Amino acid sequence: MKKKLCILLCLLLSLPWCLTSCKKYESEINVYNWGEYISDGSEDTYDVIREFELKYNIKVNYTEYDSNEYMYNVLKNNTGSAYDILVPSEYMVAKLIEEDMVQKINFENIPNYKYIDEKYKNLPFDPNNEYSIPYFAGTLGIVYNKTMVDEEVDSWEILWDEKYKEKIFMIDNSRDAFAVALTVLGYDPNNCTKEQIDEAMELLKKQRPLVYTYGMDQVFNCMEQDQCALGVYYAGDAVTMMENNENLDFVVPKEGSNMFVDSIVIPKNAENKEGAEKFINFLLDPEVSAANAEYVCYTSCNEASYELIDEEIIEDDIIYPDEEVYERCFYFSNMEKELYDYLQKAWIKVQI
Amino acid sequence: MKSKWTATPYFIWMAIFIIVPLGMVVYYAFSDDGKFSLQAFLDITIYAPVFFKSLWLALIATVISLVISYPLAYMMSRANAVTQKTMVMLIMLPMWMNFLLRIYALVTLLQENGLVEKFFSLFGIEVSIINTSTAVVIGMVYNFIPYMLMPIYTVMTKIDNNLIEAAADLGSNTFNVFKKVVIPLSLPGVVSGITMVFVPAASTFLVAQYLDGSNKLIGDFIEKEFLRDYSTGSALSLVLMVVMFIFIGLTNRFGNDDMEGMVI
Repeated sequence: MKKKLCILLCLLLSLPWCLTSCKKYESEINVYNWGEYISDGSEDTYDVIREFELKYNIKVNYTEYDSNEYMYNVLKNNTGSAYDILVPSEYMVAKLIEEDMVQKINFENIPNYKYIDEKYKNLPFDPNNEYSIPYFAGTLGIVYNKTMVDEEVDSWEILWDEKYKEKIFMIDNSRDAFAVALTVLGYDPNNCTKEQIDEAMELLKKQRPLVYTYGMDQVFNCMEQDQCALGVYYAGDAVTMMENNENLDFVVPKEGSNMFVDSIVIPKNAENKEGAEKFINFLLDPEVSAANAEYVCYTSCNEASYELIDEEIIEDDIIYPDEEVYERCFYFSNMEKELYDYLQKAWIKVQI
Repeated sequence: MKSKWTATPYFIWMAIFIIVPLGMVVYYAFSDDGKFSLQAFLDITIYAPVFFKSLWLALIATVISLVISYPLAYMMSRANAVTQKTMVMLIMLPMWMNFLLRIYALVTLLQENGLVEKFFSLFGIEVSIINTSTAVVIGMVYNFIPYMLMPIYTVMTKIDNNLIEAAADLGSNTFNVFKKVVIPLSLPGVVSGITMVFVPAASTFLVAQYLDGSNKLIGDFIEKEFLRDYSTGSALSLVLMVVMFIFIGLTNRFGNDDMEGMVI
């Protein structure tokens, strides 16, 4: 009797597994995206992937990365199954185009492209918008703690102020860190020479004694728990930190800063381009886009979704800044490989 | 002869997951875009100071672990069975938690205005631990001490109490019993403990990244280099592996002189 009951229980337990995994999908797509970059159904949010699978009967294999360079390395050395969708940042889009690793998108299959805000179309990294579709944008700036900083924060130079010794969080990303140093020195982060990189490297070395830590996601602990006074990070994440610590604020310094645009691309060796284009079109649907925008809290590039996004978010000056901030900001373009390697090595030298 | 076959599953496992990746590391270390090149080894010379610092901190962590573990292991091995079981479980308990979580917990404890600082300030002592090498060593000891304790403890439980009593009967004082009986008999455990702490501590990553983020260690840089360029990352880990290999060889030899063939 006991045995029978046990078998029955086992069968019952395997039922839900069967219901989901025995379902036949028409095809599959492999999506490789940034971490926490899609509304995933947690805490009653919209489950983008599930809804797409139900609607189009295409299975989505979703994996995540946390840096452009890492994604690039995986793509370059990938011998397994191919990815159908990637979401690199602007300079990586340019690099992928230049190295012939992505393919032109058939925009006829993506009617929802019309919803994209004009100001994110035809940007320098993909001038005719043939290969990429903007997903989310955002600025790099300074998150600061109002109780620990008395003066007005409006310039990158505060990051070299001795007063904030061991109270500065610095982003551990070569392009962003050097963009800050090069901007302070008055150079163009996109169009610089090796000598200028050396100079910026010296400046960053000078900053090192003041730096609490070089990191990425440690920023949340550092800023939310009052460990640091100043932190260099992205606007969208700053908003998340501000929700958890009301003393924080965010500013895009007057010298200007990087505006990144993470864009959707289809790699050259994609195996299911048709499915990928369906997925892109689905992401650009105003309602789906609004759900993602509320979840991700970065600047949505989808103009039609603005009306649908929660008011509190759309009226936030940090996520959706004024025109004037846009004018101060620049987009990264691809650097020559040699110069880019030089910059990455310089960043390691700063930290050794 | 037949018993050799029982190791087949492990050999297959080893071939796929140890030998092949190791071969790839060697390949990448000596190549640049598919051509043979030693460029990667020239590139990593700038890491020398980080390299020595990592080995130095790992050594300190190993010594501290040993100093803490040895007397504890002795005490445990002489206790009654129930106490022994409870202690082993208490020591293993933190290991049930994910490594990263333990590091996060340590950050919260050691950070400014964290529990440790508050505790010391009760006695009017001002300490600042986070973002120093001390914090990194604490992190290493915290994470790897069970690997020191367990081998020593295991060896010590096998020391026959009669030997200790006999030595005492024959006129040895406590110090001499320890020096002439307990220490030599427990040496194999000490040797494996040292290897099991030093090797992971020297190559550890994340510990320094979280506890002293502006002074990362070699493990963190290997990770960074791998994200940038496989060749340099491979060369760096290859050099580290060779250093470790020499270290293990030396410690094993040291153990073998006194106790034959009982090491790991």
